[in-house]
Amino acid sequence: MADLITYREAVAEGIAREMRRDASVVCLGEDIGAAGGVFKTTTGLLKEFGPERVWDTPISEQAIVGAAMGAAMTGTRPVAEIMFSDFLACCWDYLANEIPKVRYMTGGQVTVPLVVRTANGGGLGFGAQHSQATENWALTVPGLKIAAPATPSDVIGMMAAAIRSDDPVVFFEHKALLAAKGAPPPPGHVVELGRAAVVREGEDVTLVALASMVPLALKAADALSGEGIEAEVVDLRCLVPLDAATVLASLRRTSRLVTVEENPYQGGWGATVVSIVADEGFGLLDAPVRRVAGECVPLPFADALEEQVIPTVDKVVTAVRGLAAY
Amino acid sequence: MEAAGLLTCYERMAVIRRTEKAAHDLFLQGLVKGTTHLAAGQEAIAVGASAALRPDDYVFATYRGHHHALARGATPEECLAELMSRATGLCRAKGGSMHLTKAATGMLGSYAIVGSHLPMAVGAAWSARLRGTQQLAVAFFGDGATNIGAFHESLNLAAVWRLPVLFVCENNLYMEYTPIADVTSVPRPAADRAPAHGIPGEVVDGNDVEAVEEAVGRLARRARAGDGPAVLVAETYRHFGHSRADPAAYRPAEEVERWLKHDPLDLARGRLAELGVGEETVAAADERARALVERAVEAARAAPDPDPREALTDVWADGGAAWRT
Repeated sequence: MADLITYREAVAEGIAREMRRDASVVCLGEDIGAAGGVFKTTTGLLKEFGPERVWDTPISEQAIVGAAMGAAMTGTRPVAEIMFSDFLACCWDYLANEIPKVRYMTGGQVTVPLVVRTANGGGLGFGAQHSQATENWALTVPGLKIAAPATPSDVIGMMAAAIRSDDPVVFFEHKALLAAKGAPPPPGHVVELGRAAVVREGEDVTLVALASMVPLALKAADALSGEGIEAEVVDLRCLVPLDAATVLASLRRTSRLVTVEENPYQGGWGATVVSIVADEGFGLLDAPVRRVAGECVPLPFADALEEQVIPTVDKVVTAVRGLAAY
Repeated sequence: MEAAGLLTCYERMAVIRRTEKAAHDLFLQGLVKGTTHLAAGQEAIAVGASAALRPDDYVFATYRGHHHALARGATPEECLAELMSRATGLCRAKGGSMHLTKAATGMLGSYAIVGSHLPMAVGAAWSARLRGTQQLAVAFFGDGATNIGAFHESLNLAAVWRLPVLFVCENNLYMEYTPIADVTSVPRPAADRAPAHGIPGEVVDGNDVEAVEEAVGRLARRARAGDGPAVLVAETYRHFGHSRADPAAYRPAEEVERWLKHDPLDLARGRLAELGVGEETVAAADERARALVERAVEAARAAPDPDPREALTDVWADGGAAWRT
């Protein structure tokens, strides 16, 4: 194995590791086989595992996710790809009404061990219908687990946990991170879902981030360090299960909170984090909380416009400075 | 069908008919809440199909699904207890009338978003093929579902992958309150669309349990042999309105009368007579059905309410509902 692995390669590697250890893992999606995925995140799977385990589908999002559900209920572990997370809306019935409810409404009679993978987020200039950060959509639905890794190592470790999970997992792969490189994890690497990581320690402020916002928060923390402000950066990794304990523990050290979210401010995941902190950690705070989140508009096309809408290092630095002075 | 097999089917249909009547009466007594979508009149489809299927085949049904749960092994007591919000209900009172499910016998659910379960049946058939089990999946759905996108996505994918799945349309002539013919571009909503997806489409008398059994059996053998999916339209008629709130006054009296004379139980009774089964034998089957459902009603009435703590179970596979640390 190469010294470094890209996030993109880690997706295929993470799936392949699970397909090698469990014959019931199968993949389906548009262009995932011969083409290796439009983002090349499934390259090599068809060659290694063959057409009985890697299935190209028509452009039929309802059939893809609905069939994955039926297969998951009957003894397989499907990994379904929805090419862009915006397209989750085309099969939202399955993610809002079917997959997360069927176990509950049957009184626990059925289990749905499936993964829906999807390329999420902006930064690549794909415009309003191929760029949204939609992780907050899934957060509105009880019954879905939500993973959004920030590093190649976490992609592999969280993919292992997601595929082995007996619960449905929506797995957000961030488009802006696909070329990011990192050390490949050792064989058998599993990152339990619902365990946040403190990726930078600091005592002045806690930055809670997810996916591509993690490296952005780290850059902001480095910039702030030059000003004498030491930020602690928490990579949430998952929205469900939500590791609120790690966030609250960090606030015991820092007493200041900033969430860094790519999804829109309206209904963004940071609102849930902040509400937990207000409810259970109000006494820990020495300052108001700040949310650096997407603006409440569709994603525009031009870079100069997109920068206005999604969080940037400067926006995070500005928010933290304001809090530090409070 | 042999006389013994037909008599068994008759008794199952009689159990379903009486269970539906009991559900209707219990609703009027205020013991069933929400709504119900009764399948009285459509019994032959569930019973005939079940007679043709293997015990390990998969069935997916709709919110009008009591007959499928009963045909696949759920007891009247489990079903009525579910409708009556009892702890002993089929889904432990978490599902209700629209979500009857008996997974242990392959009845993988009743789904109340129209057409949503068709892709699931495709997936179950795909899974059966991947596992090499020769199992079949059957999706039962109403005529209204044929105008849903998932119907077309399912037929295409099943055809492209040549999966062992049957799409059985219970055409009762009305999508909810509206005649299906008024809102559909072809006369036979499912069968006429099937060829567009490279799938054979057939029509059968859905009130004739023998005809349903024959058609499903034949199409099932074909699908198991690797020849791919099929669409079967079973023409039928509901004895009640769309749901509890619907008296179905929009249906012409002449039409209702004609269909009530074409009742699946009456048809089976006539056929049993032709096969030499005595009236007393049929009456004994009716009496067993009556007694079974009567006991079921008593047992469901006597059953306890669910433990309120059950509300926070069964979200996740570990049995719990925790979403955060």
